[in-house]
Amino acid sequence: MTKLRDIAIPLAVFAAALGFWEWVVAWKAIPPYVLPAPSAILAKLVEDRALLFSSLIATLGVTLKALLIATVCGVALALLLAQSKWLERALLPFAIILQVTPIIAIAPLLLVYMQPENAVLVCAFLVAFFPILSNTALGLASVDHALRDLFDLYHASAWQKLIYLRLPAALPQFLTGLRIGGGLSLIGAIVAELAAGASGQGTGLAYRIVEAGFRLDIPRMFAALALISAAGLAIYGALAALSHVLLRGWHESARERGE
Amino acid sequence: MSGALLSLHAIAKTFPNGVTALAGLDLDVREGETLTLLGPSGCGKSTVLRLIAGLAKPSAGAVVWADPRARKNLGVVFQDATLLPWASVFDNAYLPLRLKGESRAGATPRVMEALARVGLADFAAALPRELSGGMKMRCAIARALVTRPALILMDEPFAALDEVTRFKLNDDLVALKNDLGATIVFVTHSIFESAFLSTRIVVMSRQHGRIVEEIEIDPSLARDSDFRMSEGFSEICRRASRALRQATGEAA
Repeated sequence: MTKLRDIAIPLAVFAAALGFWEWVVAWKAIPPYVLPAPSAILAKLVEDRALLFSSLIATLGVTLKALLIATVCGVALALLLAQSKWLERALLPFAIILQVTPIIAIAPLLLVYMQPENAVLVCAFLVAFFPILSNTALGLASVDHALRDLFDLYHASAWQKLIYLRLPAALPQFLTGLRIGGGLSLIGAIVAELAAGASGQGTGLAYRIVEAGFRLDIPRMFAALALISAAGLAIYGALAALSHVLLRGWHESARERGE
Repeated sequence: MSGALLSLHAIAKTFPNGVTALAGLDLDVREGETLTLLGPSGCGKSTVLRLIAGLAKPSAGAVVWADPRARKNLGVVFQDATLLPWASVFDNAYLPLRLKGESRAGATPRVMEALARVGLADFAAALPRELSGGMKMRCAIARALVTRPALILMDEPFAALDEVTRFKLNDDLVALKNDLGATIVFVTHSIFESAFLSTRIVVMSRQHGRIVEEIEIDPSLARDSDFRMSEGFSEICRRASRALRQATGEAA
């Protein structure tokens, strides 16, 4: 029962909000070039489906590719940093500088040096990389002291400690980093597409928004925006489901409330 | 009683923060005994265990083993069960053998035997969070037994459990001890637990872990529920209690 209510209530509120939006547009006779009704956006989505969905696939493809590279590099670097404090001190400043510099300020520069497709990929990678790195590094470093003693007691090698203790212990934090990185890599891709779109190039959803803006095709802007939101939700949902499956049964974060 | 399994010679331990836990401690652990270190919290009794286990180094003095091979095969049960939360009961008990490079198939009979000894054979596939506090401790004990160690170190293993569970586990530990004949060094601050389990109680003072009293208990006494009600048991408790008061008072 609780499950049904957990899903039904937010869906009902969301539907009511859309209904209210529809009603306000009809009641005030707001023209579609100012604010299109949800029904008009849906109609536009169907009408332009070939164009919009090919853009969605382009954006999603870049986002996922960037996330994959960021995961591989983030975990690899976290493992490297975990090996020595010295390396950590040497490399961490670079990672932090990348993290604190707003990606939107880097995007135009990347576009100077690279093809737009590559610039979008690098942008999405850069923002997804840091949370995966820092969360994984934190997870690797914060292993329970008593468990470490236990492994010392049995004279475990560094490799055994890594495989049987540190990697599994870091899994929850890694997955948190992955969830954050997933959301950010979409933002990174969109930001780079916006920057590329302003120069008249690009194929992704953000480019559709820029292009539709030039043409004052407001419903299409909303349609592309809706697809971006849907893509973000899908990425977040997929990664949350992955965490749930991997941590089910043993980690607090994956336990049902009241269990 | 046979000879010393290991000896602590003039052990001192000062922590980096300047706290001196132990100063000039001399103590033999005799083969086959159940030695209880009893003392107020902060008297350094857990530090003694860590020194024996090799998890800490003494600032001065030495831990001397009669047979250096014995120190490679220890069983330790910590204050918390310290199980790997992601691994099943079986995998937790298998861990010491896995770290020695033994295959799962080769180790399975010994792991199952250890689990059967602590009454967890039916829970081999369960995850730690599905177990009660007492069962987690049993799993930790199975893990300590799986390598068939000559010496088992236990650091207040039952302190967090309720009275009924604690009594049950004390009974089971006595049975295990009779079966295995291993030497046990047990740290506790419970007088009743120490009186029930031990063949020797060493009461340590909060002041640098000085030994204020040693109580020998006849190892041939049957440790059953009658023992808990006997006059002899009460006498041991009285002596331990007096010594513990002295040990605590010294620091004040």
